[in-house]
Amino acid sequence: MKYMLLLWGDEKPWAEAGPEERERLYAEHGRFNELLASRDAARGGEELALSSSATTVRKRDGETLLTDGPFAETVEQLGGFYLVEAKDLDEALEFAKACPSDVVEVRPVVEYQG
Amino acid sequence: MTPARMGGAERAYQEHWARLLALLTAELRDLDLAEESLQDAFAVAVDRWDRDGEPRNPAAWLLVTARRKAVDRLRRGAVAARRLPLLVVDDGPSSGSDIPDDRLRMAFTCCHPALAMPGRVALTLRYVGGLTTRQIARLFLVTETTMAARITRAKKKIAQAGIPYRVPSGAELPARLDGVLAVIYLIFTEAYAPAGGGRLVRDELAAEAIGLGHTLRELIPGDPEVAGLLALMTLHHARRDARTGPRGELVRLPDQDRSLWHHDEIETGLGLIHKSGARPGPYLTQAAIAAEHASAVRAEDTDWRSITLLYGELERLTGSAVVRLNRAVALAEAEGPAAGLALLDDLDAALPYHHLLPATRAELLRRLGRAEDALTQYGRALALVGNDAERAFLLSRRDELLEVPRTGK
Repeated sequence: MKYMLLLWGDEKPWAEAGPEERERLYAEHGRFNELLASRDAARGGEELALSSSATTVRKRDGETLLTDGPFAETVEQLGGFYLVEAKDLDEALEFAKACPSDVVEVRPVVEYQG
Repeated sequence: MTPARMGGAERAYQEHWARLLALLTAELRDLDLAEESLQDAFAVAVDRWDRDGEPRNPAAWLLVTARRKAVDRLRRGAVAARRLPLLVVDDGPSSGSDIPDDRLRMAFTCCHPALAMPGRVALTLRYVGGLTTRQIARLFLVTETTMAARITRAKKKIAQAGIPYRVPSGAELPARLDGVLAVIYLIFTEAYAPAGGGRLVRDELAAEAIGLGHTLRELIPGDPEVAGLLALMTLHHARRDARTGPRGELVRLPDQDRSLWHHDEIETGLGLIHKSGARPGPYLTQAAIAAEHASAVRAEDTDWRSITLLYGELERLTGSAVVRLNRAVALAEAEGPAAGLALLDDLDAALPYHHLLPATRAELLRRLGRAEDALTQYGRALALVGNDAERAFLLSRRDELLEVPRTGK
C-alpha cells in the first residue's frame, strides 16, 4: 500500500534556525531517506516553503477568491511530505516513527482496483 | 420452532462463531463478507439441522457452508459495490488443528493502537467475544444505531488504513499484547465504574471481560501477564455480591461480608497466580494484591506487610502516583497512619486534581487524632470529587468529625 506521511509542525523554530541547525536536520532527513531507500519504500517527498508563501484559492458560486496564506491559519503547518510504499499500516507507522518530525500524519493513498 | 431446534445451531454459535469468523476473515480478507457469509451458514443450519439432524462435525459443516455462501455472494457481485480494500493478511502458519484458530489475529487487529479506544472495545466484544451489536449497545448504555456506527467506522478504518490482520512478531509483540490486555481490562473496569446501568448489566459486562480473558489465555497459555489479568479480574469479580449494600451503596473491603464472596472463583484466581510464577508484570502483581485480600478470612487477618511490598513492586513497574497512594494506605495499615502520611508527601504535583489524595490524608489525619487538619482535607476532597456515591461517603465521614464537639457539650 502507498501512504503519505504529512509532516506537521510549528514553523517558527525552522524559520529562525541557524545554518548549523538546518544542516543537522537535513542530515536527519538524509538518513531517513536512506532508510526508505534500503527498504525500497521511497516513492517521493518534498520540503515545502514556509506557509507565509502560500496562496489559497477558494471557489464558490463560480467566483474565485485568492487569499494570501495557508488554508488554515494554525500554529501547526504542513512543512513537507514523504510518499512511501509499505506492506501495511504497521510498516507505515514504523517509517513515521523514524521520520525526523514531531508530528507525522499517516494517510493511506486510495488505490483504484483495475 | 422447538427449543431443541434452536439448541443445536445456538450451541454451535456459542462455541464456534468467533473462531470460524476469524478463520473466514483470514481466507476472504474481508471482515464484512466473512460475517455475512457466516450468518448465511447459521441461517441454513437453523433450518436444516432440525430436519436432517445435526452434522457430525458442526464447525466443519458451518465452515464449508460459509465458504460456499461467500462464493455465492462474490459471484452475485453483491459485495462489489461497497467493497473496502482487502485486508492485509500474512500467510503465517495457522495452528495444526482441523479448524485453525485465528482469533489471536482478530484480537490484535481489533485492539490495534491506530483505532480509537471505544472502537477497540466494541470490536473486541463483537468479534473476539462474539456478542451482538445489540448486546454491546445495552452494556454500554448507548443505542444500537450508535454502537453499529461505531463498529462500522472502526471496521472501515481497519480496511482503508491497512491495519494488518496478523499477530505481531518479535520486538513488536510485548507492547501490542499489553494493548490487548488493556482493552480487556478497560472493559472490566468499565463494569465497575459507578456510572449507572444497574447491577445486572455491570455484572454481565464484567463476566464478558473475564470471558475474553479466558479466550486470550487459551490462545496464549504461557504468558504470565495474560494469566495475571485473568486472575485479577476473577478475584475482583468474586467479591461482587458483597460490594454493594441493600440500597446500592458501596461497601468498602474491610466492611464486606466475606461469606458473600464466591470462594470457588477465588480458588480459580489463586490457582492462576500460582501456576504463572515467572516475571511478575503489573497485572500479575495487582492480582497478587487482590489475592492477599481474597485469602484473608477476616479483614483483620489481611497481611498488610505483604501488600505494602507488592504495591512497592507495582510502583516500580508502573511509576504510577495512584499506586503510591495505595501503597501509603497499605503502609498505614501495616505500620500506622504516620508512616502512610509521610509517603503521600510529594504526591501533590502528580495528583493535583485527584480527590483520593486529600481524602486519604483526611482518613490518616483522623486516625492520628488531628481532627482540624482532617476537616481541611475533607473539604479539599469534596471540592474535587466527581461522583455522587463517593461524595456521599466523604460527607458522612466529615460530618462524623463535626459531630464530636457537639456531643461533648
